[in-house]
Amino acid sequence: MTAVAQPAAEAPLLDVRGLTAELSLEEGPVRAVDGVSFSVPPGGTLGVVGESGCGKSLTALSVLRLAPQPPVRVVGGEVLFQGRDLLRLSEAELRRVRGRHAAMVFQEPMTSLNPVFTVGEQIGEGVRLHLGASRSQARERAVEMLRQVGIPAPGERVDAYPHQLSGGMRQRVMIAMALACDPALLIADEPTTALDVTIQAQILDLLKRLQAERRMAVMLITHDLGVVAESCDAVVVMYAGRVVERAPVRELFSRPAHPYTAGLLRSIPSLQLAVGEGSAGSRRRLQAIPGMVPSLRKLPSGCAFRDRCDRALEVCARVVPPLEPKRGGQSAACHNPVPAP
Amino acid sequence: MTSEPLLQVRDLKVHFPVRGGFWGRARGAVKAVDGVGLDVVRGETLGLVGESGCGKSTLGRALLRLVEPTAGSIRFDGQELTGQSQRQLRPLRRRMQLVFQDPYASLNPRMTVRDILGEPFAIHGLARGRGEREREVAALVDAMGLPREALDRYPHEFSGGQRQRIGIARAIALRPDLVVADEPISALDVSIQAQIVNLLVDLQRERGLTYVFIAHDLKIVEYVSTRVAVMYLGRIVELAPAADLYRRPRHPYTQALLSAVPVPDPGRARTRMLVPGEPPSPLNPPTGCAFHPRCPHAMERCRRETPPLYPLGAGHSAACFLAEGDAREVAPTPTSGGEAGVLAQPSSPG
Repeated sequence: MTAVAQPAAEAPLLDVRGLTAELSLEEGPVRAVDGVSFSVPPGGTLGVVGESGCGKSLTALSVLRLAPQPPVRVVGGEVLFQGRDLLRLSEAELRRVRGRHAAMVFQEPMTSLNPVFTVGEQIGEGVRLHLGASRSQARERAVEMLRQVGIPAPGERVDAYPHQLSGGMRQRVMIAMALACDPALLIADEPTTALDVTIQAQILDLLKRLQAERRMAVMLITHDLGVVAESCDAVVVMYAGRVVERAPVRELFSRPAHPYTAGLLRSIPSLQLAVGEGSAGSRRRLQAIPGMVPSLRKLPSGCAFRDRCDRALEVCARVVPPLEPKRGGQSAACHNPVPAP
Repeated sequence: MTSEPLLQVRDLKVHFPVRGGFWGRARGAVKAVDGVGLDVVRGETLGLVGESGCGKSTLGRALLRLVEPTAGSIRFDGQELTGQSQRQLRPLRRRMQLVFQDPYASLNPRMTVRDILGEPFAIHGLARGRGEREREVAALVDAMGLPREALDRYPHEFSGGQRQRIGIARAIALRPDLVVADEPISALDVSIQAQIVNLLVDLQRERGLTYVFIAHDLKIVEYVSTRVAVMYLGRIVELAPAADLYRRPRHPYTQALLSAVPVPDPGRARTRMLVPGEPPSPLNPPTGCAFHPRCPHAMERCRRETPPLYPLGAGHSAACFLAEGDAREVAPTPTSGGEAGVLAQPSSPG
């Protein structure tokens, strides 16, 4: 099969503009996603990074309108996908997009697979629904997909139930299910977080290979900057519901503009840089970001990061910094960005 | 620092019976820890890494006798821990403590921080006076970088990072010699992880603590560890000073593990060593070397024999036949603890 999406050259496949979503809590609604904008070109990979509660998963869910409503309510913005605003489609129209042109993979494959159907039935379901395949064609496609995602003995595994598979195998099944209809966009929410590192490497390698073969665009939500560096072309960094930095991957890692991005990069030790044989105490301390991620219920005024920030100015307490271009393709929401080295 | 290791482990096994059938008879055993020998030197941090199911957490708990070893010996400061009753162990318990992964589950939600931190003193009958205990508890809170008001609050009022500080405070309350930290930062956000790692490193320096640091994050383990042990399916497959292990891994599994770690440097070109397949089930382990079905260098011999942990000099040892030629002495068994002897002395080739 060939990729379905054939948009005009360089027009983004997915263009999210000012996406805003509220989450209702006992105390009232909070803005969990606040004016988030980014785009993904056909075949490109966008990483969305941030810590727990930053809104990255909710952003991903809101793009395909999969967030549970209530408690979530999308209150503003546009999600332009293949030229259409997904936020304005009817449920019926949306169902023809989801799973067909845009698909999603979740972190925990056990809870996203149905335990009472075989993996073959679950992979084939979308093929039957969207492509009108017969039962036997759908089964054939399921076997083919299992083979493509590297599951040994796919002809037998097609009849297995999810609980009979390991975590890594289940994640492969999830990917097979998501890709069965050749979507133009795959949204992967922490797809390897529950997996061991050697299995993570296999899954990331698999995603990369399938993406290249199909010229599929990927939106990868993760907290792991290492995964971002190795998989993505461009990155969006989120903090407290907002995009604080948006940049091509090399720029983000070599000269982060937002102090939060810079702080995150400084706080992770790099591999194979151990100096000397001494005990840990003799080594340079890790440069931690002080304080903690603020609760959405009581965000500080102005910039949400300011009370953890070593570059905060007086203006940061008053004015929420807008996301603005800073230098070559790099945007940051900061009144006092980190100078380029 | 005395020359005798704080902890000497020999041929330690922890097997869990697998029951099944109508009568619930044992049908077999999961060999979670299957013949581990290692020493933990005073003041060092021994990193323990491996993927889920490799037995690292079970080993960590067995070291403190929080799970019952099936066989083998654990000597803590010269005293044998196995075969002792819990009552006999109690005086030693103050000296060895555990920090848990999940700061949400490991603190009693109905106790204030004051009660949580006071409990170790109460159990061991220390700091009996009200004022004395209050002083001890307040000093702990200070050392953790928490405000004094924290004493009157309950665990749910704190963030994950703060809860882990409370868990650490409880562990070090009685000034232990040994702390086993089981994935102490993996439940925390990236920006908080570094704070907790720095705290652990500071406490070690100030109080002369010895750590066994169990984690799956190889970057953090490299950073905190003096030496690192790599486990696979219940056994140690490689053990070496941290810098040496990361620069010159000898076991193919260690090589694969290090190669699989995503590195936050997009400019760096890497050739990744992808190992196929998944760790085998401990219910049905492969014959010979447990890694051979996934190993790119597997030989006929690996299917038949289990390689011993060969001492390779300078405290480095690896359980792989490829390293046999570099072995510094005839290794009698994988579990004799010969590697620790090599570590203690300057390596003598031959």
